[in-house]
Amino acid sequence: MLYMYRKMVEIRQFEEAAGTLYQSGQLPGFLHLYIGEEATAVGVCAHLHNDDYITSTHRGHGHLIAKGGRRDRMMAELFARTTGYCKGKGGSMHIADKETGILGANGVVGAGIPLAAGAGLSAKLRGTQQVAVSFFGDGATNQGVFHETLNLAAVWELPVVFVCENNRFGMGTPQREHQRVVDIAAVRAPAYDMPGITVDGNDVLKVYAAADEAVTRAREGGGPTLLNCDTYRFRGHHIGDPGTSYRDREEVQEQERQRDPIRRLTQVLIEEVGYNAR
Amino acid sequence: MYVPHTFIECKYGPELVVTCTFRSSPVAGSNRVFNTPLSEQGIVGFGIGLATQGSTAIAEIQFADYIHPAFDQVVNEAAKYRYRSASHYHCGPLTVRAPYGAVGHGGHYHSQSVEGFYAHVPGIKVVIPRGPSQAKGLLLASIRDQNPVFFFEPKWLYQAAGERHTQLASLCTCMQSLSLSAGSDVTVLGYGSQIQILRQACEMAQSELGVSCELIDLRTILPWDEDTVIQSVCKTGRLVVSHEAPLTAGFGAELAATVQAECFNHLEAPIQRVCGWDTPFPLIFEPFYIPNKVRCFDAIRTVVDY
Repeated sequence: MLYMYRKMVEIRQFEEAAGTLYQSGQLPGFLHLYIGEEATAVGVCAHLHNDDYITSTHRGHGHLIAKGGRRDRMMAELFARTTGYCKGKGGSMHIADKETGILGANGVVGAGIPLAAGAGLSAKLRGTQQVAVSFFGDGATNQGVFHETLNLAAVWELPVVFVCENNRFGMGTPQREHQRVVDIAAVRAPAYDMPGITVDGNDVLKVYAAADEAVTRAREGGGPTLLNCDTYRFRGHHIGDPGTSYRDREEVQEQERQRDPIRRLTQVLIEEVGYNAR
Repeated sequence: MYVPHTFIECKYGPELVVTCTFRSSPVAGSNRVFNTPLSEQGIVGFGIGLATQGSTAIAEIQFADYIHPAFDQVVNEAAKYRYRSASHYHCGPLTVRAPYGAVGHGGHYHSQSVEGFYAHVPGIKVVIPRGPSQAKGLLLASIRDQNPVFFFEPKWLYQAAGERHTQLASLCTCMQSLSLSAGSDVTVLGYGSQIQILRQACEMAQSELGVSCELIDLRTILPWDEDTVIQSVCKTGRLVVSHEAPLTAGFGAELAATVQAECFNHLEAPIQRVCGWDTPFPLIFEPFYIPNKVRCFDAIRTVVDY
């Protein structure tokens, strides 16, 4: 639990620092912050080893840090320095690290989904216990490649966990305007005859428990799972988007007050585990 | 912006980051101007279907980098519908718009020039404006054209300060190429965002070398205005072609090949292509990647000194 707390704080600090640096004009490229969504990445990646795989999104710093990515090399990549993970070539949205199985963040929505499944297929063919996790958002679940991949992963019983981070908006389009589905796992997992779980993506303990089931199933040869994490991003889609032209400011503030994953775990640590509030 | 039309007309696509059309238009109504989910193949496919029924469909793809999932619909459906059905159906009223090209900090997937892929498909048109006035006129022409048109808008122009443009009625909506300056020493050929750079290179050539350049904006690259270009190169004997897209198999290769065949005896120097490098579009190295005015000027000097 302390490990997960530390990881979430690391992510939050990294994102806040990156945001400040970007706004001062020091980072080239675009920046998409993960603030508010830390519990999903951390709760899932806590079950993963270095040789497990993840694919990530344009909003990938949280996944990368949770999977074991080094913040110094990540930050260097954001600065497009040669000391960055990708020698500065890709920037924020394309960080990859072979040592920790990070197949890459990805600027193309949905593009990582089949890549993770392919890595999972490789693991299955080689007979290892590796698992591949693909992170993506609610917007990506409308891409054709999402459907093709889930179908195949189910047919071939691949060791993959598909983690949907439903932050209720595809950029500035509310979920209800881009899909009729509300509970993505409840509806889209059965479409492929795949187990589906929906959890509060801002409660790291719940994510951890759900991911335990999904990752174990994959590791033991039971095939893929669609894990839907209901979450919320506290900032805009990218730096430059205030995030309030398509969302009520009150809603954002309410989410920050009630559903901050770090504050929630802090409360648990203090009240239930007995740590001092320092 | 849309043209009033007898039939249902729709303008749709995923939100445009540069906020060209955001949410539904209060004028047209939400059933005519609307956002879509992230399904590029669907967006283009639906557009084809709408257009076959006579509706004017204007589909937006957020960035040209993302148009590729729709490639099958473009190549196998839009381009071939009229031919394969012997004109039972066609998707002429379809226009697909997408911002393309470098924006200063776009990196791999917010900067690509994809016109080369789509210029290779008989059955569609590809139109690329160089500035706001041209964009307005050419978009109207594209919408009215009874062929499916792929309209690539220079992305960085969304951030440019502005350009005064003329009234609607007097806009040139002609999709042929346009000579921007008459010259006698070398023909300089390009389209889209590259025209601004070529203009500067031509000015440099005039002031530093005394070279008179004939700058031509192709405006439409499929089909492209062979007559104007051939006439120009037969006159000047020299050609410099430039585009931001990578060199190998870029559209400049088509231009160079055709011109050398048609103007062989008039050429005084090999044709020069000044293009993006054959690499993925870089992030921090963008200034080195772009075929800038200095590289273009060098190419002009090369053909003149040959």
